[in-house]
Amino acid sequence: MTSHEPRDRQPQPRVSTRVNSGKAVLRRTGYVAFMAAVLAFFAVPMLWLASAPFDSDPGLGLHWPDWTLSNWTATFEHPYALGSLVNSVVLCVVATAVTTVLATLAAYALSRVRIPGRDALLYLLLLLSSVVTGTAAMVPIFVMMFQLGLINSQYATGLVLAGGILPAAIFILKDFIDSVPRSYEESARVFGASPAQVLLHVVLPVARPGIATILVWAFVQAWGNFLLPFLLLRDIDAQPAAVLLNTMKDEGGSANLTVIPVFSLLYAVPVVVLYLFVSKRYGFRFHGGIKA
Amino acid sequence: MAGIELTELSTVYPNGVRAVDSLDLSVRDGEFFALLGPSGCGKTTLLRTIAGLEQATSGTVSIGDADVTRAEPGRRRVAMVFQDYALFPHMTVAQNIAYPLRVRHASRAAQREAAARTSAGLGLAGLLERRPAQLSGGQQQRVALARAIAMEADVLLLDEPLSNLDARLRLEARTFLKRLQRDLGLTTVFVTHDQAEALALADRIAVMSQGRIRQLGSPKEVFQRPGDTFVANFIGSTPMNLLSGTVSGGLVEVAGARLKPPPGVSLADGAAVTAGIRPEYLHVSAAADGITGTVSIVENLGVTSLVTVECPGEALVGVTVPEGEEPSVGSTITAAPDPGRLLLYDGETDELVGEAKVAES
Amino acid sequence: MVSAPPAAGEAARSRRAPGNRDSAGLGVAPAIGFLAPGLLLIGLFLIFPALWTIYIGLTNYTLTGATSVAPAFVGLGNFAEALNDALFGNALWLTLVYTIGSAVLGQNIVGFALAWVLRGARPALRRTIETFVLLSWILPTVVIAYLWIAVLDRDGGTLDLLLGSPGTAWLIEYPMASLIVFNTWHGTAFSMMLYSSALAAVPPSQLETARSVGASGWQTVRDVVFPHIRGHVLTNTLLISLWTANDFTPFLLTAGGPNHESELVPVFIYRQAISSGRLGYAAAISFLLLLVNLVVALVYLLLLRKRA
Repeated sequence: MTSHEPRDRQPQPRVSTRVNSGKAVLRRTGYVAFMAAVLAFFAVPMLWLASAPFDSDPGLGLHWPDWTLSNWTATFEHPYALGSLVNSVVLCVVATAVTTVLATLAAYALSRVRIPGRDALLYLLLLLSSVVTGTAAMVPIFVMMFQLGLINSQYATGLVLAGGILPAAIFILKDFIDSVPRSYEESARVFGASPAQVLLHVVLPVARPGIATILVWAFVQAWGNFLLPFLLLRDIDAQPAAVLLNTMKDEGGSANLTVIPVFSLLYAVPVVVLYLFVSKRYGFRFHGGIKA
Repeated sequence: MAGIELTELSTVYPNGVRAVDSLDLSVRDGEFFALLGPSGCGKTTLLRTIAGLEQATSGTVSIGDADVTRAEPGRRRVAMVFQDYALFPHMTVAQNIAYPLRVRHASRAAQREAAARTSAGLGLAGLLERRPAQLSGGQQQRVALARAIAMEADVLLLDEPLSNLDARLRLEARTFLKRLQRDLGLTTVFVTHDQAEALALADRIAVMSQGRIRQLGSPKEVFQRPGDTFVANFIGSTPMNLLSGTVSGGLVEVAGARLKPPPGVSLADGAAVTAGIRPEYLHVSAAADGITGTVSIVENLGVTSLVTVECPGEALVGVTVPEGEEPSVGSTITAAPDPGRLLLYDGETDELVGEAKVAES
Repeated sequence: MVSAPPAAGEAARSRRAPGNRDSAGLGVAPAIGFLAPGLLLIGLFLIFPALWTIYIGLTNYTLTGATSVAPAFVGLGNFAEALNDALFGNALWLTLVYTIGSAVLGQNIVGFALAWVLRGARPALRRTIETFVLLSWILPTVVIAYLWIAVLDRDGGTLDLLLGSPGTAWLIEYPMASLIVFNTWHGTAFSMMLYSSALAAVPPSQLETARSVGASGWQTVRDVVFPHIRGHVLTNTLLISLWTANDFTPFLLTAGGPNHESELVPVFIYRQAISSGRLGYAAAISFLLLLVNLVVALVYLLLLRKRA
């Protein structure tokens, strides 16, 4: 889809002619009201995340905080909070590394070589990523891991996560590598480079933006994933932040509101930072909305 | 340095298309050779087959004395410059130029030295640390050439070397390229769809169409005596006049005129022929035996003007007239062919009738 | 110049011509080697589970008890039970309501409205709103679930404060409505982005023609815009419906309660599988869900292909 640039970005007309002035004012008011309502609707729930962590008397409702950092100390002292963040990192690193490496290799092969059945395979990948959702696969995955005795294994969970993210990752990355001109590789080949040298010297460096996007995207997906770790990592020591946050909520108690806001913030920030980083550096690329 | 020998070379695609059709070609050592033709004629496929990027279906490719038909591209001692130059964007100019050596695991010092030496010869010396994106089109082309030269190959292949440059730059680059090839003495094959480029640069040209060579010859030969109407139409900045007619009473009847056939050509009466005469080789004369008609369009080409003359039989004939002699629209003029410039093509086979001898002038 | 002779070789000359177009000289065998690890993982964790769930669904496998060590084959027994299970029927109905309410209607309408209105907005305003909308999508689901629990809480939740209706436990008294509003909030970003680019592709000249003949905003949407984006509306709706129907997030907000009032199919599956330990039964339900997903995804892909 092409974008027609700023031509249609003109601000709404103000009071145009005297005849329409009443209507225009009404329109303008409606417009402003709509914008305000939308802004409020989306912003208000989030504002809590900005105020509650610093509030010495946090409530669930939104109110001006009594600024303090005591909640933060409480969180750091929480037996499992920081540990779970580390677990999240481990889990995500495993999932991301596996996804990125395997997806890059697969996407490169699919993009450059005419493998028999390639197009069918691509459609199958696309289909898979939409059909076999976490919800639909939760039972067999659980049974599989249970019977293999891999419940509570962070590495196994990371692999499962990678498996779920891979189809979309391959699809996106293949698309990206398709757009890298083949003449770079052919040129290197004519100059005597072996296929390995072509991949290392030429393809990977040029495909860096795409690979970086996949890396970050996979990390974000894995970081936010709740269902799989919830199912497979039952031991509280192994739980990543996503699951621990839910556990804390369910457990109730007064320590709740001291720790949960801070913890939520800590847990949410990396994702926001990464997103900003990627969109600033490489632009927010929206590939038909493939979301694991 | 080596020559290239192609024997009955064919490249057929799985869908049956014969991109290169049983071609025989000999490129001499040190020659500047052009593959010329419209898009789709197979010239690029042929170039890529020589390079090894496309696999020939049958026939052989030899470079020097070695049969390289099945050899990997990197092993053919062939250097290639692509149409988009294919400069690696993440490497500096120096790294790009030295890449052929890096692939062969040459030492860093050797790489640096090669880059410095080659770039100096091409006027790139202060640009060694830049990235390709920071260079102008002409500079990029020279870096691509430097990289090819640094490889010290036997053969240089160029795919549309000038098409990525804007018009002004193109002429400069053309002269530069001709001088470079002469200085290096490197066997060079280049592909182009621009006939002016081929005529200016090449020692010999192969005019191609549909996977086959239509004519092989020097620029002079190809320009003055095109072997068939396809080549005649393709070569020349202003299209050659190709007029169909018949032979009658020993003379060629075209466009309402009766012209003397070229010397040494005799055809039976009634034979269908196509007369070929370049607008540049027609001169306006009051003499009776020429093509007569009404001036309909006068196009100013700078030093000359191209006059379109409407002749009997709805034939449109182009005549080039020098500055200051432009006829007025609607006037009647007669144009006669310069001696020895009229070409006759068989009406059925479209091939040149008579000897393929180049005029002396 | 002269025109080229018929392009017998033209198709062949294009960069995507058939034949050996392997630009890196990789070769088919190594290429398959590159593909294998990725495909292995996908096979293990996507394809195999999808197929295996059929098998498990045909048994009475449970997490504990006799049938956990010696599950028996019950054929279509689980499916028969599902047909008669009031709770399952309840879950189906609720999921339908949830999907239609928050995806087909909610996200679609709000997303489109935003995309439409923001077209003419000042860049700063547009950026601000887009930022917040996008944030609602990229924040981790567990966090936003909690944010909404905070908003909807009975004892001083923000909504009660704003509406001046203290003591209303929204998640308990109006669970489905809360979930629908929540999911609309969470998922609108995608629709907004999609409609934004779809709208940008509508020729400005047509919009201006409509404006110059005095068409109202609504008429312009109906007559000029909608024909252009019809395909997008359909594919977008299919996609977000698929995601919504499979969404596990409601579990975080209501855990299916109170008393099964918000027990959507994903939550139902979880409850049956883990809380009740009835893995065979849950697998059968999962399989049904897979089938629905498959149908929707196939239709979606077919539509995409037709449009391309």
